[in-house]
Amino acid sequence: MSRNVAIIGIGMTRFGELWDKRYRDLITEAGADAIKDAGVEGEDIQGLYIGSMSPGLFAGQEHIGALVADYSGLSGIPATRVEAACASGGLALREAYLTIKSGAMDIVVAGGVEKMTDVTTSSAMIALMGAGDQEWEAFKGVTFPSLYALMARRHMAEYGTTIEQISQVAVKSHNNASLNPYAQFPFKVTLEQVMNSPLIADPLRLLHCSPITDGAAAVVLASEEVAKRLVDDPIWIIGSSMATDTIALHDRKSLSRIDSTIIASKKAYKDAKIKPEDIDFAEVHDCFSIAEILAIEGLGFCKPGEGGKITEEGETEIDGRIPINPSGGLKGKGHPVGATGIAQAVEAVLQLRGKAGRRQVKDAEIGLIHNLGGSGATTVINILKRD
Amino acid sequence: MSKGLPLHWRLIPQRYNLIGTECLRCGEKFFPPRQLCPNCRRAGKIREVKFSGEGEIYSYTIIHTPPEGFEFMRPYAMGIIKLIEGPLVTAQLVDCKPEDLEIGKRVESVFRKVIADGSSGIIRYGYKFRLKD
Repeated sequence: MSRNVAIIGIGMTRFGELWDKRYRDLITEAGADAIKDAGVEGEDIQGLYIGSMSPGLFAGQEHIGALVADYSGLSGIPATRVEAACASGGLALREAYLTIKSGAMDIVVAGGVEKMTDVTTSSAMIALMGAGDQEWEAFKGVTFPSLYALMARRHMAEYGTTIEQISQVAVKSHNNASLNPYAQFPFKVTLEQVMNSPLIADPLRLLHCSPITDGAAAVVLASEEVAKRLVDDPIWIIGSSMATDTIALHDRKSLSRIDSTIIASKKAYKDAKIKPEDIDFAEVHDCFSIAEILAIEGLGFCKPGEGGKITEEGETEIDGRIPINPSGGLKGKGHPVGATGIAQAVEAVLQLRGKAGRRQVKDAEIGLIHNLGGSGATTVINILKRD
Repeated sequence: MSKGLPLHWRLIPQRYNLIGTECLRCGEKFFPPRQLCPNCRRAGKIREVKFSGEGEIYSYTIIHTPPEGFEFMRPYAMGIIKLIEGPLVTAQLVDCKPEDLEIGKRVESVFRKVIADGSSGIIRYGYKFRLKD
């Protein structure tokens, strides 16, 4: 495990309700863009890892590795679907990274895709609840927003976090999304609009929740030797980690923190030989606004319990002390679950290349991407750095 | 997708009577039950234990957008209950108004209908909780 690994190409579809596009159209569009951006040819690709949470329930399609290789014109190469609920994309990226790091391959594509709007909202909810515990949560009528509402209630009780602070996360996400042409919701919302939106699972309201989205993203990874030969601006993966926790929320040691994030971040910082203070920006998993507060606390950007406070004080805005989700996050950009972890990598690469346009974080050198599965049973973290 | 009978039948003791497990080696009690103690793993010794159904509200929410099969209950309260024996359990809170709920309030388990599999499928029962005081 000694070779350095870089991202040398990125591609992604617009995120949204893409009724005219099929599952296979989305991932081949993103993949072709990434391969073109890397300046390589199809025959250079040695393997594929595709993050997809539930194509069986969303699109009636399994056997994703072979399907994507087939429709990409790459049949013959090994192609593996990776699943860790909403962290499937981040895990696909990590598996591709490990494959190159191990010396098994030199050029690998990591993709993520989900086609969620071909089923009714009710069916999509059933598919998403597969990320929780079927026997002891879903059976009782639990929904995903309600799991995060149960966490929000504890965080509010233990730390005095306010609904205004939680709502400010969504306001900031939409501000950033308004600067992102790929976002599902490229417009701003006010604090009043968030706080008066319909209740979903008290205290969480509609505008605290990420949407149902179609989309795909892909990145091309290469070993150091190949990356240096092919591109001028490789983005290095300097730390990568994954941690797990209990599948059901009620089995956790605490509801007001995400232990898998705390464990994974310590490992990733150690690998990268950096501290949280060295991170210039982060793309974190804000599937619900409270999740961003739990993420930034778990990642060490503030003390436990202070995530709401630093959000309210503007520290997480694009020009703040630690910009969080310059892309608009899952809330503003959209959340095609399997694609999300890869889309976070695409945003981080754009930022580190200095190509993020009006949402550019100034002098960004190191970015962290944080992808969560379920109510926190999986965390995948990757840390990216420019030359 | 319609579901088979054994899926529910094999969990009847746990869901009807709060039968969980405990590890005789480390003493930890598990509800929902575990057949492998996460502390002792293969060295653990698991046996069944019945829980009292007494506990307090650890967290709660009011669900306004229910999943399929729960629409007629909308809105309903979902809680995480801390049982007096230690474990936390997820269940609906019933026979109460949303404004009556508060973290720390004492609750007790009740036996209720949870969901029916469509109009002609089986009816599944299980525990819910209500305020004690």
